[in-house]
Amino acid sequence: MQEAPVIHAEHLRKSYGRTVAVADVSLTVRRGEIVGVLGRNGAGKTTTVEMIGGLRERDGGTVRVLGLDPGGSAHDRAALRERVGLQLQESALPARITVREAVVEYACFYDDPADPDELLRDLGLADKAGTQCRALSGGQKQRLSIALALVGNPELAVLDELTTGLDPQARRDTWDVVERVRRRGVTIVLVTHFMEEAERLCDRVVLVDAGRVVAEGTPAEVAARVGAEQTLAFHPSAPVDPAALRALDGVGSVEVAPDGVVTLRGTGNVVQEVMVALAAAGVRPDDLRVHRSTLEDAFVTLTGAPAADEAAPAPSDARVEA
Amino acid sequence: MSATSPRVLARVTAVEGRLALRDPGNFFFAVFFPPLLLAVLGLAMPWGSTPYSEDDPLLSQINGITGYTPVVLTLAIATVALSVYPINIATYRGQGVLRRLSTTPLPPSRLLVAQILVNVGALLVAAVLTLAVGLLVVDVSAPEDPAVVLLAFLLTATSTFGVGSLIAARAPTAGAATGFGMTVYFVSLFFAGVWLPLPIMPDVVQDIAVWTPLGAGSQALLDGWVGAGFPTRELLVMAGWTVVLVPLSGRLFRWR
Repeated sequence: MQEAPVIHAEHLRKSYGRTVAVADVSLTVRRGEIVGVLGRNGAGKTTTVEMIGGLRERDGGTVRVLGLDPGGSAHDRAALRERVGLQLQESALPARITVREAVVEYACFYDDPADPDELLRDLGLADKAGTQCRALSGGQKQRLSIALALVGNPELAVLDELTTGLDPQARRDTWDVVERVRRRGVTIVLVTHFMEEAERLCDRVVLVDAGRVVAEGTPAEVAARVGAEQTLAFHPSAPVDPAALRALDGVGSVEVAPDGVVTLRGTGNVVQEVMVALAAAGVRPDDLRVHRSTLEDAFVTLTGAPAADEAAPAPSDARVEA
Repeated sequence: MSATSPRVLARVTAVEGRLALRDPGNFFFAVFFPPLLLAVLGLAMPWGSTPYSEDDPLLSQINGITGYTPVVLTLAIATVALSVYPINIATYRGQGVLRRLSTTPLPPSRLLVAQILVNVGALLVAAVLTLAVGLLVVDVSAPEDPAVVLLAFLLTATSTFGVGSLIAARAPTAGAATGFGMTVYFVSLFFAGVWLPLPIMPDVVQDIAVWTPLGAGSQALLDGWVGAGFPTRELLVMAGWTVVLVPLSGRLFRWR
């Protein structure tokens, strides 16, 4: 028998007044996975995880987290606060509390807490243990925030916009931390609008737009949904015949700019095909650039068209089945 | 659940206490300002050693600085209950400290209780220092009726913390709490007689003052000090404010 999923949410719905924040989101997360919830600002990501975390009442749909209902009985809610670590946006600590004081204080809220000093070492905060929160850098604050989400030894950690506002180095350091957390056996839901972050960390991603799931799968699968397209751009050393290039296997479109730069889109082995053809014609591709479609391209394509969800009924059924 | 155990409350209170000590401005105003004010007024003001009131048979028995001591005690209460406490809680709300705590097993009410305990602790230190300075340094005479003074002090504290809790329950940010808190603070202190002793204020002001927590508190403390009998009405007014405001603020409290 397959193990029950850590999160099983179906048709979640939430409105604030007349604004629909989450129209229909379904999501399944298995034990040990890192699942990314992606979307633009205002897409409904945070509201979704807040309903999963029991911080917001849902208007409709069902959720089970570790078999418990986050919007249900006081017993279920209390048990979930013990077993789920939440790291949320717009949540902070008193300015003058030290790193160690905060972790030790939070540890005593839980039945089976992690060792505060070990946790600080794991997150690279040991040398900051005596520093007050107001003196921490953005990256250190985020690591402390992760430490507090983990101090109760949770089975599931929800990390919301973990690296927003961090410089590139701090962002990479934080990613390393998330990977170490996964090695501790914690299931992670990562809310983000950084595609690079999702590609690097997530086993699966769920793309949310206007309160609905528009795509789901591994980062590579979602990227491929917009076509496993590759783009080549080069400056030919001698003029080339666009029609001859277009006839090659896998080539979709060929454009020649007035300055002579050839831009070519295609799928499959298009790169090799074009290289061989150019070599045969004795043409050298100068300044060659190859671009493979990424999650970012999928993101822009799938969420770029506003009101697409109004026109197409299909996304309302775009459930995430894991 | 370990989060509801008294040990956790003790830990949270200890942390809040340490944080309070790291905030020198608030700490000074909560603990040292009231005794300092009494000492400065007692040493510098000529009215400190003259009779508090010529006309009243009881009030003419005490000197000015003794008559002003209850006012300083109400000021000490107002400072922690209407300023430090609600602003701390609203700061926690504005910065998301309460939101963060709401994700843990700790019932966030524990943080409130811890804040009240810390502020009551500061208030007790301030009151003891004020009394010590008064009795030892500036010739304040001992209260005629210490039991009434103690009861009046307790009820003034509970009713004023009730008002502070109402602000703490709803103020979305530190700025909002400062605005509400300071307005209530200065109006309350006016009725408590900080700027002008109550006995020489117009009757209409005295009539209003007795219905406010700090006005009633100031009057009840003075009654106990000079032995003017049991201030039943004032004590009932303060008990009323407490019984209404404490549950009301609990009901209105917002975590975010």
